[in-house]
Amino acid sequence: MQPSRRKFLKTVCAGAASLIAAPVILKFLEPGEALAAMEKSKLRWAFLVDTHKCIGCGFCVKACKNENEIPYDASVSRTWVERYVVKKDGTVLIDSPKAGRDGFTSPEVEGQTPEAQDIAKAFFVPKLCNQCENPPCVQVCPVGATYQLKEGVVLVDRKWCIGCGYCIASCPYGARFFNPQLKVAEKCTFCYHRIKKGMKPACVGACPVGARQIGNIKDPEDPVAKVITTSRVAVLKDEYGTDPQVYYLGLDRAVR
Amino acid sequence: MNRHVLRPVFVALGLLAIILIARTIMVPSDFRISEKGFMYGYHRQGNEAEWENFKVKYRSKKYCEDCHGDEVSGNLSSPHKIIECENCHGPAIDHPDNPEKLPIDRNRDLCLRCHAKLPYPTSMRSEIKGIDPKAHHPEKACFSCHNPHHPNLEDRK
Ligand code: HEC
Ligand code: HEC
Ligand code: HEC
Ligand code: HEC
Repeated sequence: MQPSRRKFLKTVCAGAASLIAAPVILKFLEPGEALAAMEKSKLRWAFLVDTHKCIGCGFCVKACKNENEIPYDASVSRTWVERYVVKKDGTVLIDSPKAGRDGFTSPEVEGQTPEAQDIAKAFFVPKLCNQCENPPCVQVCPVGATYQLKEGVVLVDRKWCIGCGYCIASCPYGARFFNPQLKVAEKCTFCYHRIKKGMKPACVGACPVGARQIGNIKDPEDPVAKVITTSRVAVLKDEYGTDPQVYYLGLDRAVR
Repeated sequence: MNRHVLRPVFVALGLLAIILIARTIMVPSDFRISEKGFMYGYHRQGNEAEWENFKVKYRSKKYCEDCHGDEVSGNLSSPHKIIECENCHGPAIDHPDNPEKLPIDRNRDLCLRCHAKLPYPTSMRSEIKGIDPKAHHPEKACFSCHNPHHPNLEDRK
């Protein structure tokens, strides 16, 4: 039988398509590769915040912005410090002027200046990305521009991010924001470029009172891991099932 | 089966082929899953190195010691030894090459970050010696009476 030109072309096209398709589809789902790599890792970064110690100087926010090239005067920040003033009558006053970048130099909070004898308790709570074990922000990314490393840190690929903002909306902690200069999603990386070189994150180095610490939760000898595993620590919004990895000492129920 | 039934199938296959070809061209070759599996680990591997190579800017007190020994030793014998130089002077980056000098912030607000009195029970802020900025020598810079590196009251000039 003489093959027609049409039939010949069809066969060639189909053959070429399946040749290209096969490796592409296989690369997509290589369970062997994934399984092999998912073996127990010996490093998992975790953060410890002591809210008793924090004095609200805001040097962590200043250092973070400078270190990570976040526009200094824009109202966005990878880390921020909140002030909570709980009055004896039960009202809670909360503020975070300029994300706490310039510290808290005035007793005025939410337009009020509570008298010392009216304050039941008052404290500062530094916040940052929780580097969740189950990060919702990664799940919702439509283009694979944000991902979790085996050390637990969640990063954003600035070249690949399309700036759709899904991840910003999905974070229960409000830890993500839109970088007004680069037009991509932005978040705390635990200063990945520093911890990878054996240095501390900029905020941890800047904290004069040791209210912010970082450690390897997989290492039983690590001082931070010891605190997390042997004292009463709390995490934010546990009920969301994100398994956050920023642990707090002295967290109050007023903290949201 | 009739040919006209198969025709749309060929069209669909052709489209699929085009999409897959476009995908191989457009998606970087190092785009793949990593240790965290498909849900959390699907990414461009080269991006990890991009983040690793991000410029470090804060160099810590040890770095200042060689050239500003007096400030550092004075600072280390004071209650301000817990404060990093770069908190007040900004990141060193490649100082003294770039920038040649670090800024000096002589504003009272710099000191008030810690010393403005806030009566906050359960917070360590209330344990730091606090002053009322409106009453404690207003209109005068703090450094004119206190050495910012070595503020010890007993050593006041
Ligand atoms: C390799 C030496 C070197 C190191 C390390 C160094 N500096 Fe300097 N620094 C200099 C020189 C040189 C100048 C310029 C002095 C001048 O022109 O008066 C300077 C100037 C300064 C000034 C401005 C002084 C003025 O009178 O205007 C400050 C502030 C300063 N350095 C802080 C720091 C801090 C903080 C660190 C540590 C993070 C540091 N330096 C590390 C050499 C160094
Ligand atoms: C609490 C904030 C603060 C800290 C911390 C601090 N400085 Fe300063 N520094 C100042 C101020 C304010 C001046 C200006 C003093 C003046 O004009 O008398 C100054 C001045 C300087 C100068 C200029 C020379 C001088 O003495 O006038 C150098 C150099 C310097 N600092 C280096 C350092 C180094 C090194 C450290 C770390 C050990 C450090 N500083 C920590 C606030 C600080
Ligand atoms: C005109 C000089 C002068 C100026 C300006 C000045 N102080 Fe003082 N300061 C003093 C003297 C003197 C003392 C010690 C006596 C006292 O307790 O009042 C003191 C004490 C202090 C104390 C210790 C308070 C305590 O409870 O023992 C702190 C903290 C302090 N000053 C911070 C500052 C800050 C911050 C500024 C700038 C906002 C500043 N001072 C400006 C002269 C000054
Ligand atoms: C990061 C917070 C912080 C900043 C910023 C800061 N200080 Fe202090 N300062 C402290 C701490 C902590 C002490 C320890 C003594 C205490 O418990 O009050 C102290 C003590 C002092 C004392 C009392 C020293 C003594 O002998 O008791 C003076 C005076 C003082 N600082 C002045 C200043 C001045 C002036 C500045 C601005 C250049 C400044 N401080 C900036 C945290 C800070």
